[in-house]
Amino acid sequence: MMLIPENEVLKQELKGVAERYDNKRSALMPMLQMVQSRHSRISEFAMQVIADMLDIHPVEVHGVVSFYSFLNSEPKGRFIIRLCRTISCSMQNKDRVARQLENDLGIEFGQTTGDGKFTLEWTNCLGHCDEGPALLVNDKIHVKLTPEKVHDILEECRSTFGLHAAQKKEGGNH
Amino acid sequence: MTQILKTGKELDALREKLKKQRESVKQTITICGGTGCHGYGCQKVIDAFRQELASRKLEKEVELRVSGCHGFCERGPLALLAPSGIFYQRIDVADVPAIIEKTVMKGELIDKLLYVLEDGKKAAHEKEVPFYARQNRLVFANNQRINADSIEDYIAVGGYAALPKALAMKPEAVIDEVKKAGLRGRGGGGFPTGRKWETVRKAQPGEKRYVICNADEGDPGAYMDRSLLEGNPHSVIEGMVIGAYAIGANEGYIYVRNEYPLAVKNARIALDKAREMGLIGKNILGSGFDFDIIISRGGGAFVCGESTALMASLEGKIGEPRAKYIHTAEYGLWNKPSCLNNVETWANVPMIINNGSEWYSKIGTATSKGTKIFSVVGKIKNTGLVEVPMGVKLREIIFDMGGGIPNGKKFKAVQTGGPSGGCIPESLLDLPVDFDELTKAGSMMGSGGLIVMDENTCMVDIARYFTEFLSEESCGKCVPCREGVRHMLEILNRICKGEGKAGDVELLEEMSEAITDASLCALGGTAPNPVLSTIRYFRNEYDAHILEKRCPAGACKALINYSVIDKNCTGCTACARVCPTQAAVATDKPAQGAIKGKVNPKLKMHKIIDEKCIRCNMCFEACKYDAVQIK
Repeated sequence: MMLIPENEVLKQELKGVAERYDNKRSALMPMLQMVQSRHSRISEFAMQVIADMLDIHPVEVHGVVSFYSFLNSEPKGRFIIRLCRTISCSMQNKDRVARQLENDLGIEFGQTTGDGKFTLEWTNCLGHCDEGPALLVNDKIHVKLTPEKVHDILEECRSTFGLHAAQKKEGGNH
Repeated sequence: MTQILKTGKELDALREKLKKQRESVKQTITICGGTGCHGYGCQKVIDAFRQELASRKLEKEVELRVSGCHGFCERGPLALLAPSGIFYQRIDVADVPAIIEKTVMKGELIDKLLYVLEDGKKAAHEKEVPFYARQNRLVFANNQRINADSIEDYIAVGGYAALPKALAMKPEAVIDEVKKAGLRGRGGGGFPTGRKWETVRKAQPGEKRYVICNADEGDPGAYMDRSLLEGNPHSVIEGMVIGAYAIGANEGYIYVRNEYPLAVKNARIALDKAREMGLIGKNILGSGFDFDIIISRGGGAFVCGESTALMASLEGKIGEPRAKYIHTAEYGLWNKPSCLNNVETWANVPMIINNGSEWYSKIGTATSKGTKIFSVVGKIKNTGLVEVPMGVKLREIIFDMGGGIPNGKKFKAVQTGGPSGGCIPESLLDLPVDFDELTKAGSMMGSGGLIVMDENTCMVDIARYFTEFLSEESCGKCVPCREGVRHMLEILNRICKGEGKAGDVELLEEMSEAITDASLCALGGTAPNPVLSTIRYFRNEYDAHILEKRCPAGACKALINYSVIDKNCTGCTACARVCPTQAAVATDKPAQGAIKGKVNPKLKMHKIIDEKCIRCNMCFEACKYDAVQIK
């Protein structure tokens, strides 16, 4: 297999998305979402590439990234845990789940663990108001949370960090 | 091989074929595969059914169907057996063999899986359960008859029947039909849908135009759009194709929140299937009409539910609303005429075309036609989704279908319309629910979320919550909303902390007026509603916080103290065991409370050290002897 620099791979991927939207500005959100989902952040390099492809100023790209809560330029954890803070979840003891998350991970909301595995965030309504409290781990929803369930969810995430997964990650960073 | 449908007749033939196939199966077991039931482990139940049917070689005779949400999320996992119509709830994996053995093969009922009515009797069928009995499920009806992934299921139950019918009509006639039906936008505003379509059709002749489905359902407490898009995406797609035909659009968008991964997935599958069969794409059913739909995911911004902000977001811009004097119907997406309707509105359209406007306009009240789906959440026994005709009383929804307030608590208020709506007190519960009546009461229909509150909910805290939500979600474009709401939040925070001043309520009212008048979009314009409606109906609670530094509901942490009632404390140590900060501790004194009629003086009475207490409420919940009090 030929070695291709990561930045080149990114460019190729972005090009594909941009072309699907005729290199128009409406491609911006799908491009950003693609970068976000693959790299869990949108680097300045990626923003510049996107700006060049769509022929807009990088500042505009940055503006969009900073506006939407599901996009971020700073590195975040491999698992982004978003706990719903809606009123109906609050009525069902969301605070206790929140405290359990903070204690188990040793971080507060808005922070990322030192090993870069977990980020803890608040989110608005996840639409599971009848079965709250609810949280989102990346794309997966968990409902009817209790402090005990928090432990299971975190363990499930941690279990994907086997030896194999760790090696793969190191291999990608050369 | 998927068949490509070239005419309406081919579609009808396929429907007949699929119907026969469905009927040839002797029995079906439909299991709710909604996210609610997934939370209760319905996947394991489904697997168990599959295994059991395979081991008994019944796969051909009994069809297992996994459907979208049935709405009664409180009692999941749910199963519906056809043709017997037997309804089972709270099913466990261990019950599966018995269901097959007894009910499916012999037709016997299994007592413990039946829903228990209030009088102790058991209900074997869905229509006997009060939660379902009072509903009028039109939009939601198919959710439990079909597998969300299967276009065949949707066609078999009569789906895509409205499409050829509409395509055979003149576009103007389709608009006329929707107009006559009296359908109004279900997203909150309640604008007449037919009139909107007509404006879009007539605007900028010769230019390209768009239809958009607003699935950016951000209202706290509302999730009917998610349920529809997850459980029956084709009904939304069919509605959009009909709408596009009526206004002359060839391109459509579904804008879904990023918080709804399953809705995105199911809608995507549905679009692919519809495209494969030629129900969207080029020359739909040989009519010469082209139309395709693109799914666009949001970025997690509440304001993008506002029509102009949503369009800005679709264009790849920051989701900021613009002034409303330019209508999106005339200058919307890329400044072209755009027709934006909410998920539920689109799902209503096929029904109107199928059954005619006359049928539709008979349902509901004089000014609000059809049914509306409400999500009933909060302090209520049966949380879930209910679909009722417009004009039903709030009391019926909350007490008859919702089953009232749990744990013998008293009802206090219900928040309708999300953060733009308001709180409605008990005295107004007999209000018929329609667009105009709720607006008169100082609230609004909104997207249909009903958050029920009991006596332990503090109304100032509720107002504070919604204001906080709105201050965070304000896009920041106009000053009244960005700064005004933030200042209101500061005042409310102060009140909740016991630092309120006389005159605060008047100040809040004055600011509300300014924000309502001067904000650019509806988000800002309605932002003060939660505060105004709570002041209007619960002024006494504000006064208690400000003047007496007391929270009557016992919810504001800075204003309450936990203490032990000495004569009730049995010394059982339950509070000390759960307390995370060691604030609940044993004293030297012997306990005075009795366990099962006996006082054990060897056990020590407990107390709560106020300085250490973080007001987490754990001791209050742990105490079985009512010995912990909140003051």
